[in-house]
Amino acid sequence: MSTRTLPLLFINLGGEMLYILDQRLRAQNIPADKAKKVMNDIITTMFNKKFLEELFKPQELYSKKALRTVFDRLAHASIMRLNQASMDKLYDLMTMAFKYQVLLCPRPKDILLVSFNHMDAIKDFVKDTPSILSQVDETYQQLIEMYTPLSNGEFQLIRQTLLIFFQDMHIRVSIFLKDKVQNSNGRFVLPISGPVPRGTQVPGLIRIFSCAGEELSRLQFKNGGNYSSALREGSFELFGDRVTKLGTNMYSVSRPVETHMSGASKSSAQHTKVNAAPNPLAKEELNLLARLMGGLEVQKPGSTDTGFRVNLFATDEEEEEALISRPDELSYGVINIQATKDQQTNAELAKIMGEFTESGDQSPSASSKGDDLLAMMDGL
Amino acid sequence: MYHKEKSIQIKNSASALYNNLSVLRIAPRRLTYFTVVHANVVNTVSASWDGLNYSHRQLQSKEPNVATSTSLIMQAAFCVLPSRDLLVVSSQKGIQMYESDGSIMVYWHALDTPEAPTAQAVFARGISAVSDNYICVGVSSGAVLVFDIPSKGSNITLSEVLEEHKEAITDIASECSGSQECLANLVTADDGGSMCVWKSGEEFQLLNKIPGLDITCSSVKLWKGTVLAGYGTGQIRLYEAVTGILHAEVNAHARWIYSLDIAPFSGLLLSAAEDSFVRVWHLSMTPETNSVEIAHLHNECVTDTQICGAKFCDGDGYAFAVTGYDLSEIIRYVQS
Repeated sequence: MSTRTLPLLFINLGGEMLYILDQRLRAQNIPADKAKKVMNDIITTMFNKKFLEELFKPQELYSKKALRTVFDRLAHASIMRLNQASMDKLYDLMTMAFKYQVLLCPRPKDILLVSFNHMDAIKDFVKDTPSILSQVDETYQQLIEMYTPLSNGEFQLIRQTLLIFFQDMHIRVSIFLKDKVQNSNGRFVLPISGPVPRGTQVPGLIRIFSCAGEELSRLQFKNGGNYSSALREGSFELFGDRVTKLGTNMYSVSRPVETHMSGASKSSAQHTKVNAAPNPLAKEELNLLARLMGGLEVQKPGSTDTGFRVNLFATDEEEEEALISRPDELSYGVINIQATKDQQTNAELAKIMGEFTESGDQSPSASSKGDDLLAMMDGL
Repeated sequence: MYHKEKSIQIKNSASALYNNLSVLRIAPRRLTYFTVVHANVVNTVSASWDGLNYSHRQLQSKEPNVATSTSLIMQAAFCVLPSRDLLVVSSQKGIQMYESDGSIMVYWHALDTPEAPTAQAVFARGISAVSDNYICVGVSSGAVLVFDIPSKGSNITLSEVLEEHKEAITDIASECSGSQECLANLVTADDGGSMCVWKSGEEFQLLNKIPGLDITCSSVKLWKGTVLAGYGTGQIRLYEAVTGILHAEVNAHARWIYSLDIAPFSGLLLSAAEDSFVRVWHLSMTPETNSVEIAHLHNECVTDTQICGAKFCDGDGYAFAVTGYDLSEIIRYVQS
């Protein structure tokens, strides 16, 4: 549908990822300098110029599988390591958080304010590092340039595209359940009270006009909810009060991140059935993905004393248990490119990825490269 | 006024798209067809009136030539013509027309899709049958395609392209009162809230243009010469079609309206929005004073659901059905 959805999806999911990693780094008492390095490395990679260039091109949204692969790579763009179970959980949290934000946005264009909330927080993470700060500022400008001229109808199309991406995801998130914004069946609470969006009136008034345009009568009806007038407009500029709280950091050291895997609702199973249907377009998508990922430089695995592992669970045992007990239908089926132990495969894969970034556009032989890439991934 | 009845389960959940429910009542066979869009699939259910038999069918969107990304469907709607009923599916790639039970595809029209994706999305959206032999489908460029439908067979042709709108078409509706007196019998609406009123024929005639206020009109209906429009601000407005005179304005919903429907015999209006509410209204015309009135009758709240489709199941408005984003059921309500 909308060809302008990917940048918003990426930036907001990336923002949520940073909130969660920041919380885990502090909860695990990782030394401040190491933690800062992790955050800086990931943010630098996220806002890599070449990567963003590809991202901002008009294109259809990637599949969940493809996007997950991008975030896998992003999460490993630093000295931090995440096990499969932790990565799965991280991605669950990121996606459910953004799904919540998209659903609850009073107006479709408020998704841009949510994005700015994430960007504001990212700026704060790197405020001491001018080089990265300027990268972030540049991205801000790109966002403003691309999205502020869009009409409400076009924003609704973006929102509808995002909602299709998030369709049937009902993973229960502990922090949402505690705050009563999510029900035990995984569905979000949509309040029928509170302020109406800017531009909307509180429902209840019927006005009848004469042919000459004068108001003939007014009638009131009961709207069944408990609404109040709209709040003030948030700022769509580089700085300013965004007004909405959606997209701000909801985690803190005292509010740990947890998801519930047990009793995954039937709808999740339904969603993955559609997802698991054979995708004849995988090859084409991989080509696009490889171009995008060409811009993501993966940190060479450092020596063992600088690298460390982050756990999204309270203990190592819990993490192991989560991996074993994760319902099949909720597996993302991600191809873990870094996990390959086969040196030759690794080298060939690297070569192919490298060739993609050099050539830029698709040469006739690109399709065979795509086949190789697909075959490689199937073999892993 | 209404109470909830047993829901119909569908194979996939409904996607958040405007007017995402279409209903076709087949009285001779005591059946009702329902159709709901989920991403690139159309779910159709045939429900027998005794509530005992349900049969499901799924239609995929067509990807004829180039295997690029998934072709998402924007809308699926039943079109009722005197001689035949068709199920029309509009997607990012083009327009498919099926026999009403979804069994056979009788026509395919491909949209001009660019080689590489452009900033402006390309898709077809807005479907309506008009008079005896036309089906109109809107396009994201603002064009409205007019198809000439023979009484049987697949010799469907593109008869005309109406180019009045500057923004993507959101919804199209034809005069549904059955009255032959109405001059205008088609209204088309777009993303900017502009509406065009037409008279069908070999060459469609533009009778009036109602300018928009940069607020999307997501759903539109035409009844007894009155345009009923639902907007992104949650307002419903009633206009006299040929003159554009505003008869009434209702602050109806707290969020974006996704669907409007009319029960032509009784003048009942159904509105549904992202705010979880479905509301029933009554329209009354006073020809002497040339006035139209609207009164509120009933509310239904579908808890924690952003509604994307709501339709009456019969011409009197005795029953209506509702779909919501992420919901895998069609909820039904019947008059008490």
